[in-house]
Amino acid sequence: MNATLFTLLLEGAAITAALSTVSVLLGFALGALVCAAQMARPRALRAFGATYVSFFRGVPLLVQLLLIYNLLPGLGINVPGTVAALVGLTLCTAAYQAEILRGGFQSVPPGLIEAGQMVGLSPALILLRIRIPLALRLTLPSVVNEAVLILKASSLVSVVGIADLTRTAQNIASSTYRPIEAFATARALYLALNAVLIGGGGLLSRRMVHGR
Amino acid sequence: MNAALLWDSLPSVAAGFGVTMLMWLPGLALALALGLVFALLRQYGGRGVDAALGLVLAAVRGTPFLIQLFLLYYGGPLVGIDLDATSAGLLGLAVYGGAYYAEIMRGGFAAVPRGHLEAAVMAGLSRAQTLRRILLPEMALLILPAAVNMAVVLMKETAVLSIITVPELTMVITGIGSSTFAFTEAAFLLALTYWALTEATGVAGRFVERRMAQVRLA
Repeated sequence: MNATLFTLLLEGAAITAALSTVSVLLGFALGALVCAAQMARPRALRAFGATYVSFFRGVPLLVQLLLIYNLLPGLGINVPGTVAALVGLTLCTAAYQAEILRGGFQSVPPGLIEAGQMVGLSPALILLRIRIPLALRLTLPSVVNEAVLILKASSLVSVVGIADLTRTAQNIASSTYRPIEAFATARALYLALNAVLIGGGGLLSRRMVHGR
Repeated sequence: MNAALLWDSLPSVAAGFGVTMLMWLPGLALALALGLVFALLRQYGGRGVDAALGLVLAAVRGTPFLIQLFLLYYGGPLVGIDLDATSAGLLGLAVYGGAYYAEIMRGGFAAVPRGHLEAAVMAGLSRAQTLRRILLPEMALLILPAAVNMAVVLMKETAVLSIITVPELTMVITGIGSSTFAFTEAAFLLALTYWALTEATGVAGRFVERRMAQVRLA
């Protein structure tokens, strides 16, 4: 693999990294909303949250991407392919992150919430000072795990023509007739990105546990 | 709405559904078998095998399924592995699923209570007997929820096989979409079909889990 082609792959890797990072962050925000809906009192909100999670976890991401690609223009929304891919990844990861957050909130020991009530904290303060910080700390490893899955799943945006790492490798494979070098190098880059993600996640969770 | 167009293509949709099933279920069975082989090799193969296999499997789990399919389908023929799309898809699913099942089963083996193994030694069971009578059944019970979850993941991964031209559901329905211009309806139909399938698998999985919980108490 010569230097020019490798640089192309690195550019693809940068797009993959950017797409996954943005969608995991946006997905966290949306996932928090979906999680709030699932834990809310009104039955309609709960039903919405449960259906959202079930649909986006039950349908293959590839199919979701195809749906969004065809649906958005049909609704008269014409956005660049990158935006559509970002929307698809975000909607999907939000469902997984909502489930992760819900698990986190459920694992907060009830004794701590009761202790908060005993010292006279308002429900809002209990949420802000006890439930949210603890839930975040408990869910961090799963969120990192989800980020790894999204990084891998983002390879599917290549199908709708985004020049991510996978698409670039495909282009190189077909123009040089050397698929093994192209795909093996792309694979190594995915592994490197994941290693960075897992390493960073480990660092962050150690900070969060010992930081206070 | 072009639902009528889709209705006309029902036979080919059914054929695509059949191919999806023929990819998923045998792929799942192969993945479980491979996963068990990997897990046993890591458990009993010595430290070197454990470390080497651990690295290889982590690399499989750490890279997109699509890249592995490309490597196998387009790269394979250059090293003498000349498979048609369907076989490459099946093998790819088996290896990808196997790497995950190996990890799930390793966790299951580690979670078998030590006391049960000590009891097996005390009762004079041989190593092979302990494996067959204690370790394997207990591991199978322990991993059931994770194994069902992974089966659903593999079902969804079969959609990716359309990219290497396996004529499964996604490929058939998107093909109908482009020949009739009913893209959105086709994508909806596709999403609903997968949704129903994954929900049904989840329901079946929970049913088996409940039955097994009773077995365990007995």
